[in-house]
Amino acid sequence: MADQINVARQAKESKKLKNQLKTDFIGFGFIAPWLIGFLGFIIGPMLASLYFSFTNYDLLTAPTWIGLENYINMFTNDDRFWKAIRVTFIFVFGSVPLKLAFALFVAMLFNNKRRGVGLYRTLYYVPSILGGSVAIAVVWKQLFGRDGAINEILSVFGIPSISWVTSPDFALSTLIILVVWQFGSPMLIFLAGLKAIPNELYEAASVDGANPFLQFIKITLPMLSPVIFFNLVMQTIQGFMAFTQSFLITEGGPMDNTLFYAVYLYEKAFAHFDMGYASALAWILLLICAVFTAFIFRTAKSWVYYESEGGN
Amino acid sequence: MRKNKSLKTVIYHGSIWLLGILMIYPILWTIASSLKPENEIFRHAASLIPSDWKWENYVQGWEGFGNLSFSTFFLNSAFVTTMVVIGTLFSSTLVAFGFARINFRFRTPLFICMIVTLMLPQQVTLIPQYILFHNLNWVNTYLPLIVPAFIGGIPFFIFLMIQFIRGIPRELDEAAYMDGASTFGIFWRIILPLTTPALATVAIFSFYWTWDDFMTPLVYLNDTKLYTVALGLQMFSDPSSVSAWGPMFAMSVASIVPQLLVFLFFQKYLVEGITAGGVKG
Repeated sequence: MADQINVARQAKESKKLKNQLKTDFIGFGFIAPWLIGFLGFIIGPMLASLYFSFTNYDLLTAPTWIGLENYINMFTNDDRFWKAIRVTFIFVFGSVPLKLAFALFVAMLFNNKRRGVGLYRTLYYVPSILGGSVAIAVVWKQLFGRDGAINEILSVFGIPSISWVTSPDFALSTLIILVVWQFGSPMLIFLAGLKAIPNELYEAASVDGANPFLQFIKITLPMLSPVIFFNLVMQTIQGFMAFTQSFLITEGGPMDNTLFYAVYLYEKAFAHFDMGYASALAWILLLICAVFTAFIFRTAKSWVYYESEGGN
Repeated sequence: MRKNKSLKTVIYHGSIWLLGILMIYPILWTIASSLKPENEIFRHAASLIPSDWKWENYVQGWEGFGNLSFSTFFLNSAFVTTMVVIGTLFSSTLVAFGFARINFRFRTPLFICMIVTLMLPQQVTLIPQYILFHNLNWVNTYLPLIVPAFIGGIPFFIFLMIQFIRGIPRELDEAAYMDGASTFGIFWRIILPLTTPALATVAIFSFYWTWDDFMTPLVYLNDTKLYTVALGLQMFSDPSSVSAWGPMFAMSVASIVPQLLVFLFFQKYLVEGITAGGVKG
């Protein structure tokens, strides 16, 4: 009797195992494309580049191991590396807050049922659709050129013409204006977030006599904080990766004043074919992004409000 | 009271129009410049109305440089973009279904890996991938641009599809399973038809990002015959080779026409995609 039960249990277990194996097989079958890509095109190459970052490698001859030399050189002996870090930080911390502030401001303007809002939303989103293209970069250079339209418009207000793109003082600002101009995606995300805030909150606050500014601080910002968080993470990472604008408009110049990190990395890798050094640069970029993302995530607990957790 | 309200409405619409014109001005200016006579582009730079409509700028620009016309670049871009869109749809739907619906082992750790790669800067994998493709002899072919799409190269799309599939009631799968459908049958006949709106979103975004992409073709394509529109335009606008500005502006406009058209016709899916990724996530 006991034996029979045991056999039955074993049969059941082995059937369960068989089912699980079948499920595993099917599951891995479905995610296979991604898994192959992940192992072969991301993890594999990344580990390889970690190795290359400790070597001297020009693609043609075999890599030679030089230990930490690339990293030591970078930190102690490479002024352009520090310049690139500085420029990229100014770019990220200049453009991301401005972009998000604009996006939120415009989203609040559009968060109503007035006529024509749909059309306005489209109008304000168009620059974001086209802004990253080569066409706009090429045109931006001329728009802000010495004889460009911006200077002509400014001259109406008596402002003397500025060499936006070629002057060390203004080149980076010209690029920041370009990316802030493309605030469309965060704007749409903010707008969806604003629409999800229950109107009763504002009504109750009005009854209690809270003015619009107070309502913004006490209701809108906390209720919107998960969306602000998402936008902040995404825009910061995008900012560190920025390439096209500098590469096409200012070519990193004048005097390296717009040398984005990505542009410097590109130059090292594909103009000098110094793959070892470029790999080291890429790993430092990964570290920087990881530190910032971790920082935003860590502080998130204190300022991001999640309704399901009851908030805090 | 009523008068006050209508005044407010006027101020509201007035200021939005004013700001909107500022927003759209660079694009209108580009279009205007593409139609201006050569000597006018920088002389009356700010004006949006050409004194004489020079449609020839487009004809002249289309001829391109060397022996290469913009027809070549557009065909190249169309080919690469189509392949990438197909690849992205293929990989993102399959993988998303696997993650969203099948309880295989190691699902959660693998899912976390995917989410982490969502935030991986492109430059970090650029160099090792280049070395890999270089060793595979893929440089100067379209393979480095196309193959990654087929193996889930942009995890954002997988993420978007997972979000969408999770919204489809599981009872549908179970009912089909009871009727004897296989897992693939459920995927193909039940889930896939229901995800059409999400598929449209994925297709549109991958179209945009591929059409716009500058860095990947810049790194991998050396032969000008293989250039995409983005690269062709960059070469065409090179200060050392620009002989006439009108055609340069004309080709800039031409290069963004496909994006504008897609935007006008499929706006809805675009807005849905952006907000689904940001808010529900």
